[in-house]
Amino acid sequence: MTDAHTPVTEEPNRRDFLYLATGAFAAIGAANIVWPLIDQMNPDASVKALSSIEVDLSAVESGQSITVTWRGKPVFIRRRTQTEVGDARAVSFADLPDPENDADRVVKDEWLIMVGICTHLGCVPLGQAGDFNGWFCPCHGSHYDTSGRIRKGPAPKNLEIPPYDFVGDTRIKIG
Amino acid sequence: MSGESTYNPSNGVSKWLDSRLPILRLAHDSFVDYPTPKNLNYWWTFGGILSFCLVTQIITGIILAMHYTPHVDFAFNSVEHIMRDVNYGWMLRYIHANGASMFFIAVYIHMFRGMYYGSYKAPREVLWILGVIIYILMMAAAFMGYVLPWGQMSLWGATVITNLFGAIPLVGENIAIWLWGGFSVDNPTLNRFFSLHYLIPFLIAGVVVLHIWALHVPGNNNPVGISVKDKQDTVPFHPYYTVKDGFALTLFLILFSYFIFFAPNVLGHADNYIPANPLVTPAHIVPEWYLLPFYAILRAVPDKLGGVVLMFGAIFVMFLLPWLDTSKVRSARYRPLFRQFFVLFILDCLLLGYLGAQPAEGVYIVLARIGTVYYFAHFLLILPILGLVEKPKEVPESISAAVLPATPQAAE
Repeated sequence: MTDAHTPVTEEPNRRDFLYLATGAFAAIGAANIVWPLIDQMNPDASVKALSSIEVDLSAVESGQSITVTWRGKPVFIRRRTQTEVGDARAVSFADLPDPENDADRVVKDEWLIMVGICTHLGCVPLGQAGDFNGWFCPCHGSHYDTSGRIRKGPAPKNLEIPPYDFVGDTRIKIG
Repeated sequence: MSGESTYNPSNGVSKWLDSRLPILRLAHDSFVDYPTPKNLNYWWTFGGILSFCLVTQIITGIILAMHYTPHVDFAFNSVEHIMRDVNYGWMLRYIHANGASMFFIAVYIHMFRGMYYGSYKAPREVLWILGVIIYILMMAAAFMGYVLPWGQMSLWGATVITNLFGAIPLVGENIAIWLWGGFSVDNPTLNRFFSLHYLIPFLIAGVVVLHIWALHVPGNNNPVGISVKDKQDTVPFHPYYTVKDGFALTLFLILFSYFIFFAPNVLGHADNYIPANPLVTPAHIVPEWYLLPFYAILRAVPDKLGGVVLMFGAIFVMFLLPWLDTSKVRSARYRPLFRQFFVLFILDCLLLGYLGAQPAEGVYIVLARIGTVYYFAHFLLILPILGLVEKPKEVPESISAAVLPATPQAAE
């Protein structure tokens, strides 16, 4: 590639350094200006401020569910029956695309609390439906079991468990 | 086409302007005395029809934006306000909503015409690529426009499509949150979609200028697919094709008017007249008809990332079309095998469109998988191989030889 009559390498001189330094300075400056233009689209302070709620569970009987809104998303709160807990505990890991123990998904066995958003493309699954009597997403046919774990269909993950704590016997704080 | 300009300024004012900004000369050379192959058929009128559609959408859209409120609490009601209170609001909205469908009908015919007559082949690759870019921009504009009325399909369509980005490994979740401006599709999302929906048509207009520029360098392809050889092969654009395009546009407007005035909602989904509710997903989420084939491909794959990749791949594979088709012959008229596969490809697209509207279960999924495999096979296997094994029919010497009677000068 190189011509035999021209020197193979040339020592970088001060002009090269000036070119590089100027270019780098301009690039960093441009990045600093572009970032606010991009970051303005991220969740703003008013959206983040709505990040925790408290819910009273005393009215929910065994076998009943309620749906509350947290961060604009539905959260399913189900007081599971003994059969449902039993079903969830009886499943072997081999049958689970996203293996997880039912016991790791709840704080109290009876109360299953999870974000009601299908992990496929974000629809709200229907309760007590589908092949595993858990949740069924009508959009693209994902079936979840009584622990909210994905069993069949295109969704890659189990229904998400939000961060929550019991602040009383029948009162929880989500977020 | 880069020939001699025939523009002749007729008065002092146009002479004065011509020596300062030769814009009338450009218009004259591009749309009046532009040499056009004399054998173009009615499939070639859709370029003009598409320009009309774009202008219609921009004009009605600007007017609708004068009455619409991009806020989750007011959007749905402001659309009803347009329908009930604003003078002629119902007509303007129905023109805009059905105009999107008409735009896609025209663009699909335009694209299939390009595929049939090999209009993407050298030297028109850049022309084709610009067309695919316009098509992608159209889909983005249509999708965001569908979100604005803030009905159930608006919200859940937006949810499904923005969640597609969540399938990207590692950064997907953050990209989705960034697109939403929150933790789900909500007011910030609606606001930015409105802003972008207003922007994109002007981007399209810009790319259309490039598209026409790239068209006017080699000139139009034509039904026999052979290049223009001399003046015998062409006629001036005006009046020959202005009149032909005008007649085709008139027929197109009859169809358009039928939808606006007699069936304004058949192409939409009834659920979009239910205000958006983030806690209830409609039983069947279906996109507008023009996106259904891609939606079928998305759902055909049992893996989230795989489905998203194939769906976008189905669009992006079109960029490679000029290089995937190995045949030197442009027009399908002289490619007997390609003609048959072209029909199969259209049937496959229609099948996928049908399946995209069906529930994702049972036999529909199996068919969608077959349809998806065939779609990609058409581009990645059939087209490259056909060019090598097919024996084309004899191609005429010139456009004139193809369209005039066999005895020379018989027409004169």
